[in-house]
Amino acid sequence: MQKPIQHTITVLVENKPGVLARVAGLFARRGFNIESLAVSITDDPTISRMTIVVTGDDTALQQINKQTDKLIDVIKVIDYSGVPIVERELAMIKVNAEPSRRAEIMQIVDIFRAKIIDISETTFTIEVTGSVAKVDAIERLLSPFGITEVVRTGKIAMARGAITAMSQVNNDG
Amino acid sequence: MKMNGANALIQSLVDHGVEVIFGIPGGVMIPIYDALYDRKDIRNLLMRHEQGAAHAADGYARATGKVGVCFATSGPGATNLVTGIATAQMDSIPILAVTGQCRTTVIGKDAFQEADITGITMPITKHNYLIKDPNQIPRVIAEALYIARTGRPGPVLVDVPMDMSLAEIEYEPVREVKIRSYSPEVEIDDSAIDEAVELIARAERPVLYVGGGVIASGASDELIALSEKTHILVTTTLLGKGAIPETHPHSLGMLGMHGTAYANHAVHNCDLLIAVGARFDDRVTGKLAAFAKKAKVIHIDIDPAEIGKTVQPDVAIVGDCKEVLKRLVDRVPPRQETEWNRQIMKWRNEYPVVCPNEENELLPQCVIAKIWEMTKGEVILVTDVGQHQMFAALHYKVTKPRHFLSSGGLGTMGFGLPAAIGAQVGCPDKTVVLICGDGGLQMTIQELAPAVQYKLPIKICLINNRYLGMVRQWQELFWNGRYSGVDISVQPDFVKLAEAYGAAGFRVEKPSEVEPTFKKAMEINDRPTLIDFVVHREENVFPMIPAGGTIEEMMVNRPKPK
Repeated sequence: MQKPIQHTITVLVENKPGVLARVAGLFARRGFNIESLAVSITDDPTISRMTIVVTGDDTALQQINKQTDKLIDVIKVIDYSGVPIVERELAMIKVNAEPSRRAEIMQIVDIFRAKIIDISETTFTIEVTGSVAKVDAIERLLSPFGITEVVRTGKIAMARGAITAMSQVNNDG
Repeated sequence: MKMNGANALIQSLVDHGVEVIFGIPGGVMIPIYDALYDRKDIRNLLMRHEQGAAHAADGYARATGKVGVCFATSGPGATNLVTGIATAQMDSIPILAVTGQCRTTVIGKDAFQEADITGITMPITKHNYLIKDPNQIPRVIAEALYIARTGRPGPVLVDVPMDMSLAEIEYEPVREVKIRSYSPEVEIDDSAIDEAVELIARAERPVLYVGGGVIASGASDELIALSEKTHILVTTTLLGKGAIPETHPHSLGMLGMHGTAYANHAVHNCDLLIAVGARFDDRVTGKLAAFAKKAKVIHIDIDPAEIGKTVQPDVAIVGDCKEVLKRLVDRVPPRQETEWNRQIMKWRNEYPVVCPNEENELLPQCVIAKIWEMTKGEVILVTDVGQHQMFAALHYKVTKPRHFLSSGGLGTMGFGLPAAIGAQVGCPDKTVVLICGDGGLQMTIQELAPAVQYKLPIKICLINNRYLGMVRQWQELFWNGRYSGVDISVQPDFVKLAEAYGAAGFRVEKPSEVEPTFKKAMEINDRPTLIDFVVHREENVFPMIPAGGTIEEMMVNRPKPK
């Protein structure tokens, strides 16, 4: 058995209604596990970009890429395995912040270059951006104070250097 | 030219060569059916259930190679197509389903006869469309037909809300289709061809394993040429039947669960398996770990996703089978018959496919063997699903591509009769023979009405054992003979039923009556004929490898009672 590992793939799709359902439905019915999924429009308004984090062995990943590429509305599947990438995730974390403990929390926020974007008598809402590991870490450090709500965008990723996803589209037509 | 969306839809179909539609109207389809009313260049065959319409379009596509088209109304009409669409998807058959939809203004509001058919059919279509702008209709129809028939073919559905049918548009025919996210033409990797040639040249015990892809790509001549140049023998899947004439000395018939023993022995012992347009279905492989485990594998398929889906090949060639086989034939060195060929022939003599010599009792396989004897593979043979289908696969030697039509992947009971209608409409000059069981026939029996209405002289050979026979066989062999839910001996008098519909009906109960009655049926040319072959109830299909089993577990005959 091959070891399941995490893969980040980028999927460029036609910016049309229902495309997300096609991709998500395909993953569900073929038994592929989505760890996270982020979708938005690109600099070309007719194209949307999905960043999907999946776990599986190499064989499973190959199937994921090929089956996804088969969907008519999918323009290009780019597998970032083995490619140097920059990756980011954004999270908002609502945490209990009694006045007596606020200084401590603000220290953690500083260390992580996060921001306090909302404050109430009893809570802070903190915005943090970074790698998935960094977001995991701040979440862990804030949890002793009592996290009441977390929302994460899911990972987005790009290859390092001059290569772009769009240039790969133009190359293969 | 100005016209409404409904007329634009019909005009688009005509512009792309569609001549026949199988369908049933309904409230939101009235504008589209109205657009058909005055046309002489395209006709609607009125089916009696939408499932029948989808299977008829499928049968038409399988027999002709053209895209089959079916129509259904919104809601229940559309959902009734689902089984037929899934059948086409599993077997890669090009059909276009056009469904009516409630007006765009009420979509999502649980309107009367509203069903989210694009959502429902997403997993069982190659692609689907919901029309939201009437000006898109000509382009969408052109794209849908193009997607259905190119690359790995498959079903496409177009959902047309009623207000889109009614809206006026300026009609411009769409002649060229280009979809940036879909490029069905793949460049064949020549180095992979060289590697395959190398493997073939080195192989001592090669076998060709051929599926429906060879039929779809029209690659029979190339396949036969390859087999004749190299003396590599050919086994096919159910859908590959006819890719090489089964009367050809190089044909080993079908492999798999109910395949011939010699085909299975050949595959089990081969050192090179050349899979062409086949997908290593579990009914073919049985226990995957034990399947052709001594063999290197060459996998040729137009769909890159099939490569490595089930079996990791040593050489993969992605491309149209016809072109790939052509290049292989050109480059592969000739090979003479070897000890391996003789070994396979020995297996063939050891485990021949024969019918028991039974004079008093009518056996299903003997009826089918007789039909083969009388038609010599010249007819289009359609089957339903079950024991009779496997008997047909074993005993009916198909001699040409597109002359054996059967639901393989989905195994859809009820497929046979409507598919036979589609085949007969597509090939009016050919004889269409349907072999079906009493279970499956009753699932779409209502389609006798259009067969009579359109004077289709289909020969319906009902192999009637008053059981859901395949399930009964499994219960006998693997479930201690506990026949739960399979007895369907309460059934109509099928001869009278055929006559009630206006078809001819005959009953055959003795082996001696098979030939004269089938001859009588062959002479009836203005309506369908149903022959009710009342066969032995508990005949089993052998050989059989149990599901998930290996060749060691193959039963060549009925096991002796313990």
